[in-house]
Amino acid sequence: MALRTLQVSPGFMRFMPKEYQDLVEKGPFGRKLKLSDLGTYKELLEEHPMCEGCAMAFFIRLALTALPAPEHTVIVGTAGCGRLSLSQAAIPFVYGNYCDTNGVATGIKRGLALRFPDQPKDVVVIAGDGGLSDIGFSQVMHGWFRQEKFTTVMLDNEVYGNTGGQESGMTKRGEVVKMAPIGKQFEKIDMIGLAKTAGVAYIARLTPTNPSRIISTIRKAVLIAREVGPTYVQAYTSCNIEYSIPPEKVLEDARQVEKERYGFLEIISDEAKAFLAAQDAAHRE
Amino acid sequence: MNGNEYRVKPGPEGLLPPAAACCGVVLSEKGQGLVEGALKSENDTLRVMARELLTRQNPTIFPGPLVLWAWREGVADKAASVLELAHEIPGVRIIPMPDYRPIYPKIDPEAVINPCHPNLTIWHNKIEVCVFIGVHCHFANITLKMIRAGTNCYTITLCHEAGHEDSMASLPFADANQVRALTETIRQLKREGLRPRYADTPGILLTAAQEALSQGLVWQPAPVAQ
Ligand SMILES: Cc1ncc(C[n+]2csc(CCOP(=O)(O)OP(=O)(O)O)c2C)c(N)n1
Ligand code: SF4
Repeated sequence: MALRTLQVSPGFMRFMPKEYQDLVEKGPFGRKLKLSDLGTYKELLEEHPMCEGCAMAFFIRLALTALPAPEHTVIVGTAGCGRLSLSQAAIPFVYGNYCDTNGVATGIKRGLALRFPDQPKDVVVIAGDGGLSDIGFSQVMHGWFRQEKFTTVMLDNEVYGNTGGQESGMTKRGEVVKMAPIGKQFEKIDMIGLAKTAGVAYIARLTPTNPSRIISTIRKAVLIAREVGPTYVQAYTSCNIEYSIPPEKVLEDARQVEKERYGFLEIISDEAKAFLAAQDAAHRE
Repeated sequence: MNGNEYRVKPGPEGLLPPAAACCGVVLSEKGQGLVEGALKSENDTLRVMARELLTRQNPTIFPGPLVLWAWREGVADKAASVLELAHEIPGVRIIPMPDYRPIYPKIDPEAVINPCHPNLTIWHNKIEVCVFIGVHCHFANITLKMIRAGTNCYTITLCHEAGHEDSMASLPFADANQVRALTETIRQLKREGLRPRYADTPGILLTAAQEALSQGLVWQPAPVAQ
């Protein structure tokens, strides 16, 4: 996708739905927008069918807002709740099978690099903890070991939300969820440690408590993946339904989980640090 | 005919209509067209399309992304040819399919047609003849089958590639020249005395959603009747 694809053919604008008129006239494409600009422009995602008050939907909205070049970005997702909204966003979305998102992303990233050698294209995998730490696990790991230059964002609600509450590798030990009645028998998989071992250039773990931190984390992850190497963001996004969290308590839960065990963590390789410093310097000039 | 008797007629055909290709319908070559599954000359195909567009209820053009977005040379001309066509069909509406992303929980059937549930737009607007142009073939095929399954709409496709067996009338390799040929055929039929069904409603009609938008108003689709 490029800006040119956003020009409506002469004479057709008046037939376009309002949403598309707004996207063309006041969308985020080709603009440098900040968190404080939210509400002043047409966002990539507005309507979606995810549950009321879902933290994952909130996180996705902010993550899409953070993309540095949405007109040059492809999102790869898969089965799971997140794709319900991701596939509706005004950005190319590729539905990988439930297991092969990171293989698909590898192919897309390499293909785009061949097709558009002068135009950086960002590829961002956004999928659930089941999709990435269970069935897609080997492809995530291999992508990292191969140092593929794309971003992986895990929507970690610590359960299979979309299929009614099976435990995932990211569920906490001992946790009883609707379709795991005897409780999880082993520890939450240490994806952060695995990412470190695999030499991922930028690793972050966060909760949706702080919108500007979500924006800056995703933006760093995408820019570093463009220039340096693979990046990984693990976001606690809860699940109101499977963990019985009333919508109005979702952020309270996120704050508590952040405080008690999730925290905010960033691990940045030396090369990525140098890249960010150069970016900052260029920004200040 | 192609040596088989399967006819691709307006539906409703039921939940899972067979793909016409599985019933022996083959695609036409350049210079030919398909009418209800049978190979015809381009000219005969254009005449059928023109007649259906002038005589059936609520004719509607569904332009797809390859027409709506001026993404490369030539698109603006093709888009212009589509508007010329529209101007020759009295009472026609233009409802776009700007892309293929799903729209849930609810579409506005007066603003858009979506390949996940094209029947909603057809039903709501009581469309009994439509033209698809500029829709990528894969999504056109899905859309056409859903329309044939659940509606009585006569589907016409002006396809840039090989055409569509699942529409009632299809012209392959259709560029702006073919669109203009259809426009000319419509003029010809009128000259021959065919009085269009909406002869008293000249020009392109806007849907209520488009009308409201053009006046800067916010429009809500009517609530579903209980
Ligand atoms: C290969 C395959 N196996 C199983 C499924 C069924 N399935 C769909 S969504 C899902 C669970 C999703 O859980 P997760 O990835 O954690 O995402 P969430 O819904 O929690 O956001 C499963 C098992 C599938 N679609 N494909
Ligand atoms: S099931 Fe859970 S994760 Fe999925 S949309 Fe609902 S609250 Fe969000």
